[in-house]
Amino acid sequence: MSWISNTFSSSIGRKVIVAITGLFLCSFLVVHLIGNFQLFKDDGGAAFNIYSHFMGTNPVIRTVEWGLLLGFVFHIYESYTLAVRNRAARSVAYVDSRPSQNSPWYSRSMALLGTIILLFLLVHMYNFFYRARFGDLDPDINNNADLYTLVYSSFKQWWYVLLYVAAQVALCYHLIHGFRSGFQTLGLNHRKYTPLVRIIGYAFAIIVCAGFAAMPLYFFFFKPELAH
Amino acid sequence: MAGSNPNAKPMNLTLKVWRQKNRNAEGQIVEYQVKDISPEMSFLEMLDVLNEDLLHKGEEPVAFDHDCREGICGSCNLFINGRAHGPEKGTTTCQLHMRKFSDGDTITIEPWRANAFPVNRDLSVDRSAFDRIIQAGGYVSVNTGGAPDGNEIPIPKPVADRAFEAATCIACGACVAACKNASAMLFVSAKISQLALLPQGQVERKTRVENMIAQMDKEGFGACTNIGQCAAECPVGISLENIALMNREFISAKATSNNLA
Repeated sequence: MSWISNTFSSSIGRKVIVAITGLFLCSFLVVHLIGNFQLFKDDGGAAFNIYSHFMGTNPVIRTVEWGLLLGFVFHIYESYTLAVRNRAARSVAYVDSRPSQNSPWYSRSMALLGTIILLFLLVHMYNFFYRARFGDLDPDINNNADLYTLVYSSFKQWWYVLLYVAAQVALCYHLIHGFRSGFQTLGLNHRKYTPLVRIIGYAFAIIVCAGFAAMPLYFFFFKPELAH
Repeated sequence: MAGSNPNAKPMNLTLKVWRQKNRNAEGQIVEYQVKDISPEMSFLEMLDVLNEDLLHKGEEPVAFDHDCREGICGSCNLFINGRAHGPEKGTTTCQLHMRKFSDGDTITIEPWRANAFPVNRDLSVDRSAFDRIIQAGGYVSVNTGGAPDGNEIPIPKPVADRAFEAATCIACGACVAACKNASAMLFVSAKISQLALLPQGQVERKTRVENMIAQMDKEGFGACTNIGQCAAECPVGISLENIALMNREFISAKATSNNLA
């Protein structure tokens, strides 16, 4: 079956994996965002804790979670491999190079933006996912693990809020390029639809990232002290 | 100069030129002054003036590639002030005119930079990697003989036009030079698209894309990240649509060809 490994180790093969996993991760962002809107409910965290309990225990979700992990692993690994190869393709740099005259900075900085997002992801996973799944959170009034209080106390720290908002800015630029780039790599380019994909990509990036950034900002600036 | 513009004032310029004795030598930027450059000269004619000066002084002239000087052969290839073929859009270096610069300007001139394009000498690079990619499949095998009848193979006009758009690629390598990843995908995709669209290209359609991509990867070009620097700097306006078409061709060939390697 060498043709399979040859296909997926070729430049285009690797790009296709990055594109498919990237667009799959976009679908994850939508689910994650919609679920987390429970944080805005003013019920002391009951709805959010029911939701997080469901996400942590439902067998379907727990199975799909492995697919999500694979999506991240392949997206990061293939992008890293391509970035190393791309950097190696020009070992002598130009003395005078003016790429800002032919392209936007974020399109040229996908690896850097991706690295910022990865670092954020590690902090984010440790603080919320790891402690919800393997930690010992206190139970709330419905006897669900009280992830809400952890979110609350985290988002009351200015540096944590700053980290989250900065990560969302990086994610936004990553998505503006990545969304349309994914379609292009899969060959989905058409004079009728490509301009539409670009607009949807912009809107998607801004709406998703503004939605995520609104959460820490809401807690930091507008959320009063917890009732209990 | 017959037909010249009497208002065109001659310019004095400072040139920062990459000088490198041979492929293995260390290169560096060397500064030169050129005087009385007519704004109506092409960029290459300006370099001819520099080389005349250097020859008079007994110094080695600057080596650079050029042939037709009409913008159609794809030989000239200079990275001027941080841009492939210089600041003007949609032109080759030979069609860039000195009126795009001003008296007293400093102009940096470098060769294309890509490991797949080693520097032969000064500003001249070896682009035979492109030739090897074409040899891997960028052709149509036909029996030679008498010229075929013009209308023997019907091709719809829009298809012929689209194939011709791709065929206008002059293989200058500006796409590689401009790309942050030194990727050759705009060039390769133009060649693949041209032949994939025409009926004559159907026989070798799958093996062509598989072999050309394999050769492209082997030459050490980077992979496309869809930035679009290539299309922005392409002197003949090859579009990114070709890269999408190439990706479709590659995916479908890999999925359906009889090639097990």
